[in-house]
Amino acid sequence: MLIRFFTLVFLVLAFTATSFAQGADPKSLFDQLADANFNAAEKLVADIAATGDPRVVPALEAFASGDLYFRKADKAVFVGKEQGSELALTDPVTAEAAGEVAKGAVTKIRVNNNLRRAIRAALGGLTLMSPDRSARLSAADAILRSPSAEALELVEAALAQETDAEVKARMEEARAVSLLSSDRSIDEKRAAIETIAGLGAGGLGVLNSVAGTIDPSLKPDLDKAIASIQNAQQLWNLAQNVWYGMSLGSVLLLAAIGLAITFGVMGIINMAHGEMVMLGAYSTFMVQQVIRDNAPGLFDWSLAIALPVAFLVTGAVGFVIERGVIRFLYGRPLETLLATWGVSLILQQAIRTIFGPTNQEVGNPSWMSGSFPLGGMTITYNRMWIIVFSLTIFFALLFVMKKTAYGLNMRAVTQNRRMASSMGIRTPWVDALTFALGSGIAGIAGVALSQIDNVSPNLGQSYIIDSFMVVVFGGVGNLWGTLVGALSLGILNKFLEPSVGAVLGKILVLVLIILFIQKRPRGLFALKGRAVEA
Amino acid sequence: MSFKAKLGGALLAAALSTTAFHGAFAADDTIKIGVLHSLSGTMAISETTLKDAMLMLVEEQNKKGGVLGKKLEAVVVDPASDWPLFAEKARQLISQDKVAAVFGCWTSSSRKSVLPVFEELNSILFYPVQYEGEESSRNIFYTGAAPNQQAIPAVDYLASTEGVERWVLAGTDYVYPQTTNKILKAYLMSKGVKEEDIMVNYTPFGHSDWQTIVSDIKKFGSAGKKTAVVSTINGDANVPFYKELGNQGIKAEDIPVVAFSVGEEELAGLDTTPLVGHLAAWNYFQSVDAPVNAEFIKTWHAYTKNDKRVTNDPMEAAYIGFNAWVKAVEAAGTTDTDAVLDSIIGVAVPNLSGGTSTVMPNHHITKPVLIGEIQADGQFEVVQETAAVVGDEWSDYLPDSKDLISDWRKPMECGNFNVATGKCGGKGS
Repeated sequence: MLIRFFTLVFLVLAFTATSFAQGADPKSLFDQLADANFNAAEKLVADIAATGDPRVVPALEAFASGDLYFRKADKAVFVGKEQGSELALTDPVTAEAAGEVAKGAVTKIRVNNNLRRAIRAALGGLTLMSPDRSARLSAADAILRSPSAEALELVEAALAQETDAEVKARMEEARAVSLLSSDRSIDEKRAAIETIAGLGAGGLGVLNSVAGTIDPSLKPDLDKAIASIQNAQQLWNLAQNVWYGMSLGSVLLLAAIGLAITFGVMGIINMAHGEMVMLGAYSTFMVQQVIRDNAPGLFDWSLAIALPVAFLVTGAVGFVIERGVIRFLYGRPLETLLATWGVSLILQQAIRTIFGPTNQEVGNPSWMSGSFPLGGMTITYNRMWIIVFSLTIFFALLFVMKKTAYGLNMRAVTQNRRMASSMGIRTPWVDALTFALGSGIAGIAGVALSQIDNVSPNLGQSYIIDSFMVVVFGGVGNLWGTLVGALSLGILNKFLEPSVGAVLGKILVLVLIILFIQKRPRGLFALKGRAVEA
Repeated sequence: MSFKAKLGGALLAAALSTTAFHGAFAADDTIKIGVLHSLSGTMAISETTLKDAMLMLVEEQNKKGGVLGKKLEAVVVDPASDWPLFAEKARQLISQDKVAAVFGCWTSSSRKSVLPVFEELNSILFYPVQYEGEESSRNIFYTGAAPNQQAIPAVDYLASTEGVERWVLAGTDYVYPQTTNKILKAYLMSKGVKEEDIMVNYTPFGHSDWQTIVSDIKKFGSAGKKTAVVSTINGDANVPFYKELGNQGIKAEDIPVVAFSVGEEELAGLDTTPLVGHLAAWNYFQSVDAPVNAEFIKTWHAYTKNDKRVTNDPMEAAYIGFNAWVKAVEAAGTTDTDAVLDSIIGVAVPNLSGGTSTVMPNHHITKPVLIGEIQADGQFEVVQETAAVVGDEWSDYLPDSKDLISDWRKPMECGNFNVATGKCGGKGS
């Protein structure tokens, strides 16, 4: 232990000593950035990192995110933070405040992908021994992503000192990938290959990249490691496809579930259904606008707030459509189709006139962004929450239909209107509320879809065909059919996509549905009994 | 029954509202020009901006005294993203409204639909959008980028600066991406890229579920060679594509995406923080540092009364086309089609990136190629700018078209002269 400690101290000392021997002062290196082109800047970044001075870390981070400026007057380089129309400057090394200037007085130092990569690698080396655990973890990650033989000694030094198990494991991996391109012994490399094999898909790139240059005696080990990763990946691919399929299915379910009520239960061919989804998405946009202007702290709650708003807005629009147009057309499906199609055009153009034809930006709250690895799969948060959300809506709707008095009325009216009427149920009222409910649910779907799709006046059009497809395939008038239909179409689609491509996959699914409908015209779960004839 | 009539009326009104609104009857002291951009339907998202830009250019020109001492008047029609309707509306503009020239179209399908109309009625169309090339018409001026003014320099940049060796060509399934990818594939293979290092992928219009494709790209990129995506994904499909890239953690430093259809306008609907570093290739970016551009942006913000409205490349192409037409009309002293077609070749007008663009005999223009990286504020940072490039209508990398050139000056007057056989009429129109 003691020896290790001394090695470490020695290494650090040697490192700083050499860099100071070069006589490089980080401040002057930063100032040279003002005149440097991309290639020169890349060298300067490496030089700055070589000073080993931990104070440069924030400035390098600022550089990567494009917050490094030089003053036009004297070409001195500063970190700039926006403050209204001005920039607050701080010294890149000492972090001392250097006053505020107008934006015109400084020039941003440009950064491109190569430079960002260089900075990331440099930061990885500099923050490996940071006292902050998460900084060390991301430093190890940075080296893992851009392996280089130079980083090897740094990693080993940091590894010797590391106590946290997770960080240590990550550093071991970073060491392994760096070692592979170094001139270490065959045995060490063999061990490294084994470590990398444990990395899964992430290690494949590293192994493949050295395949051409590695010592021939290691070739069998390398091939074995690549094969083992690929074998493991194959199983995970299957799981990944099922997951993608469920995710697509949940989107289909969301889009179709409102239609399952208006078309499935009430029998109205509602071509304006997609526009209800769109209105829901625009409600989300409006809610987020209000939150952005008035209470930015609530942004993570914006979707929760948008849900009732979207439900009420689209429900009200649905109510008005039913009272204003559809109630005159019951029993005349073709005219309903044309009328609702007209309504959909009017709604689209109205939104286009009010908000403009371009996409509106609906932000993702932090809990809807990013992903986490699960074994060999990557699961994105937004997709996961949408699956949860659509199932919740589904079961809530099922509850309303089966367990509440209103649901009973609704089913009574749709099954036998005259009987229900003579039992004292106000059938027109139930019709209007049911249509409003279906529309409101479409609006809620819009809230969720605004997270993964464009919010533009055309949003609804892309979902209307899929929605009808799901409802018809699942069986008209049956909510469970809609669920099973949506999920199975989603999974089918995702299993076809990798082998035949997205375009042909879509066509095949459509052909299969047409064939299926020939065989079972009433869909997967056909309603039986008198309701069918009504 | 009366309700039915009412409903019919409402539907009719709706239908009318989505079609045309005409300018007032023109007096003799005005010159009419047509604006043929979709204001409704799927393409309205992109084309409405161009209609606004055209109206602004007309207004500015009138402030300067119009053309030939006459006021300009824009006749705006709405072809509603419906390709056959473009041809109908073009015919209406030329025959009924008697416009001197038409500025319009966005998709190649709409341009192909109106091409015979312009040739038959002998009028002029200025087409302001980047396209796949392989076309040259006596009556059309292509002020957007040809593949060699956008796609090929972008690929060169990635190969030389970022050392990319493996390519994903991802596009929407229609004529522009298909042809561009064909050219790019031939070009890459001529540069020694192996077939197995190129992955071509097509998706339907408006594709919104990118999970499988993004994870395929990730897999393709793990072969140990630097990988990049060349995206000809069109319009609405881009937002979900970039969202999925961001969510699956693909950073520009790992697998950069260079896009040919993503500009400031498309990024406006997107949080660009996770996309910083992805690239686009255009001939103009709003962030270009040139006095003429600053002036243009100022005018645009004043005209739209909205200082958040962005400018983009097709707007610059419309600006160049409009100014070239004005200059040609003034040189010819008339708006007569044949005279303008003669006088416009060689006309040089300032472009918005600080240089000049010249109308070439092949009805394409010269302009520089800019490669930009997406920034966190939704703008692009120019990382490379070439000298002005002449638009090449017939690609040199496709076996069918490599011998073809186009020259509309007399005496050649040919859109597809075959230099190998020495005859006009090598292929196509």
